[in-house]
Amino acid sequence: MTTAIELEGITKRFPGVVANDNVNLRVEQGEIHAICGENGAGKSTLMKILYGMQAADEGVMRVNGDEVNFSSPTDAIDHGIGMVHQHFMLADQLTVLENVILGAEPDKRSLDLGRVVLPAIGFIVAAIAILLVGNGVFPRVLLLAVLGGVALWWFGTRIDFTTAESRLKRVADDYGLTVDLRQVVETLEVGERQRVEIIKVLYRGAEILILDEPTAVLVPQEVEALFDNMRELKANGATILFIDHKLEEVLEIADSITVLRHGKTVASMKNEGVTAHELAELMVGSELPTPETSLSTVTEDIALEIRNLSMVDDGPTEVEARFQEALDTLDEAGAVEAEQQETLDAERQRFRRPETRRTVDDVSIVIHRGEILGIAGVEGNGQGDLVNAIIGTEPIADGSIHLHGTDISHWSVRRRREAGIGYVPEDRHREGLLLESPLWENAALGHQTQAPYGSRWFLDRNGAREQTERIREAFDVRTPNIDVSAHALSGGNQQKLIIGRELTSDPSLLVASHPTRGIDVGAQAAVWDQIRQARADGLATLLISADLDELIGLSDTIVVMFRGRLVARLSPDDVTPRDLGAYMTGAALQGSPAGPADASDEGAMQ
Amino acid sequence: MSRRIAFSLAAPVGAFVLTVIISTIALWIFGSNPFEAYGDMIGHARKLETQVDILNRATPFYLSAVAAAIGFRMNLFNIGVEGQYLFAFLIAAQIGSMVDLPMLIHIPVIMLVAMGTGALYAGIAGVLKTTRGVNEVVSTIMLNAIAVAGLIAWLQREWQAELGDNFSSSDLGTNPIDESGLLPTINWLPEIFTREIGLGKELTGMLLVAVLVGIAYHVLLNRTRFGFDLRASGINPFAARAGGVPPKRMVVAAMMLSGAVAGLIGMVELSDEGKFPPDPIQGLGFQGIAVALLGRNHPGGMVFSALLFAFLDISSGVLDTTGAASREIATIMQGIVLLTAVIAYGVASRFRAREEAAAAARAIAEDAPETTEGNETAEVGA
Repeated sequence: MTTAIELEGITKRFPGVVANDNVNLRVEQGEIHAICGENGAGKSTLMKILYGMQAADEGVMRVNGDEVNFSSPTDAIDHGIGMVHQHFMLADQLTVLENVILGAEPDKRSLDLGRVVLPAIGFIVAAIAILLVGNGVFPRVLLLAVLGGVALWWFGTRIDFTTAESRLKRVADDYGLTVDLRQVVETLEVGERQRVEIIKVLYRGAEILILDEPTAVLVPQEVEALFDNMRELKANGATILFIDHKLEEVLEIADSITVLRHGKTVASMKNEGVTAHELAELMVGSELPTPETSLSTVTEDIALEIRNLSMVDDGPTEVEARFQEALDTLDEAGAVEAEQQETLDAERQRFRRPETRRTVDDVSIVIHRGEILGIAGVEGNGQGDLVNAIIGTEPIADGSIHLHGTDISHWSVRRRREAGIGYVPEDRHREGLLLESPLWENAALGHQTQAPYGSRWFLDRNGAREQTERIREAFDVRTPNIDVSAHALSGGNQQKLIIGRELTSDPSLLVASHPTRGIDVGAQAAVWDQIRQARADGLATLLISADLDELIGLSDTIVVMFRGRLVARLSPDDVTPRDLGAYMTGAALQGSPAGPADASDEGAMQ
Repeated sequence: MSRRIAFSLAAPVGAFVLTVIISTIALWIFGSNPFEAYGDMIGHARKLETQVDILNRATPFYLSAVAAAIGFRMNLFNIGVEGQYLFAFLIAAQIGSMVDLPMLIHIPVIMLVAMGTGALYAGIAGVLKTTRGVNEVVSTIMLNAIAVAGLIAWLQREWQAELGDNFSSSDLGTNPIDESGLLPTINWLPEIFTREIGLGKELTGMLLVAVLVGIAYHVLLNRTRFGFDLRASGINPFAARAGGVPPKRMVVAAMMLSGAVAGLIGMVELSDEGKFPPDPIQGLGFQGIAVALLGRNHPGGMVFSALLFAFLDISSGVLDTTGAASREIATIMQGIVLLTAVIAYGVASRFRAREEAAAAARAIAEDAPETTEGNETAEVGA
């Protein structure tokens, strides 16, 4: 085997920081090589150097044995290196095909009249006109028009879609990746989008793939599919370098593993007989924090009570239903020509919507003060809707929600927030932050109606800023000052800010969705500590997490949601992640409840 | 902080320089001497009387820009300022002519009627959006057509002042408003500092109203809870909603507020003409969108862009007499400055984001010398 990538003594400094400090890396051809490390360990910087997005200050880089020096991603692509970013870079409104060829379109420079002959004639006429008329307005305008025409002809070449499609099909088939090329990206699920990204780099001739935390955005089933694809790619000769900090996944798929810590390579090994625990300790460099809560602090006071809650997903709208009906009638009457049948079927498919179904079905929950109730479930089984119902952003169909004995089912979001419901959203960028606003405004968000952030009419800038400073101090939010925009902070610090603002406003109920998703081990431990502390002070918490260890470690009670129903109630003391998994996928349920078909499939789209 | 200010100033200045370069080329192509044209325009603008004209034009521009900006800050594209101000102008002129009140009540009544009309008319688009999901761009464009070609055309005829046998064109329009309903001019204000204003030019009192509106806009946006809710909804509607901001109510409120300010635009002409003339100045609503874009919806920034647009509009008039160039060059320059500004602001905000991310990375490094969040720096820049 030859070496696909070899890095020797790579060092990269940023003002005040050494991001990579003498990093060494050897990736053999045709292997899957994992790079692990905490956030901020220097993984992303290393990948960016490898992909030509940044230049190393020191060190040698070899690709397939040749020493290289990349000054842009184009150089990396030329050497057969492709990168799949964590955040997809796809244009939603374009089809898969258009997305893949974007920036690498095969040209078709047709020799039609408008493109060659006319500009040429125009050019000659203009030249003559200038010679004859001299320095007037007319020739100047003409000259400009002609130059414009030539520019249009030169740059405005057409895309050869036929060639593109056949080339793309070949690439996809070669590597066993299936995806409908003509589908609009917007309609694809996350896993499929990722596949499109992978095809995109393969199409550009990449044989060495860099995947930046590819599993962070996927649900378990999709992770499996991704791993299958990765194995297929490997079997077809591709080399894969991937970043991950979920250790089980690394152990499952990787052939070799390199661990980075504080910008240095601390270990590089074959994936033989390594345990997750050993890896984690290499990453953190010390004893691991655990999510375990100590003594029970559950009290008798009921903080939140949900009684027989149901929520429905709207079926087709009236117009859609009528359109559907019309198409059906057309079809039955046989009024459609054979060649139009395909179009008709496509249209019918487009307007087919699931019937009204219950996303949350007869759910009853009680959370006491000082209790953490964990909800386990594969994403899209109703947990998100349940959270929205409690926060008040989605209407409920049936049942009621009570906070400290008061029925809040029909309260506005604001009233609920004022009544003491804290909320840590699942996606901090989408629901948690104003990325372009300064930190202190972000701290005020959701609490702007209450002291110290504001009053009935006015925003208290000084109060808000002081409070933000306190949050920064108490929750260790690392930032130069509280006036920087939220997007300047790293994910872990953004999350600490959110947890901080929710907990400092003294909530009586905290709804926390994936509170430690995508943040590093250090920040994770801090978040766990804060939640534990608040629990000891009597906070009731609804915890939703895909990290089953976190769920088992933190919760006082665990319930499992499957297809909108609560299917199990378990004690964290005697449940393993494996057991939970069985309930979550419905495997542990004998004669699974007559939930509406496809509920879980639909849900997986989120 | 000073860097922050430097960044925000670099963009408009850069945009303006680029505009001058491009228009110089355009003028050259059309066979004029660009520098002669610029010289004429600047020379003209140095006269006190021209400056009064510029302020009189900048006033409605600024009001119109604030109206548009209120929507923009919430990502609401109120294209309907045009229809709102013309309709409000007509209603206020008519009602103002029907009542007989002392000055201290008459003027506020007319203004409130104008603001109310604008607010209600814009509110239609807000309600349509929240109840039926109609995009406000579509509905406000349609409401513009309904106002201008429908309501105003009809009501203008209905409310035409009685014409004698041998009337002149100056008799056309609604019934004139009593002197008590007309906002006094404020020539005394600049005259404190300079000489007397000649040529019968009068500085509109609406200038002071516009200043008040600007201050109110700033306070509302940056100091009140409503303003915070509004900005939050504009930056991230999902986060705002989760933070308790009622989305529908905000849409209607922002539209109505925008319409209320729009209602004031026509008051500049009303206080001058004393009635709704047969051919009111049109297009101010669309100009306001451009002014707001150039001024970045900033209360101070829009002052400069309103003055720039007014300067180009007014001082280019002199080109008709000197013949150095065609006066349409002003319109061309207004267009170009918008395009270059959009680009310049984009570039500047990228620079700022990179700068901030680097600072954040440094802060982390100082706190814990061993951790290396340097890659975060790159992420934003990349």
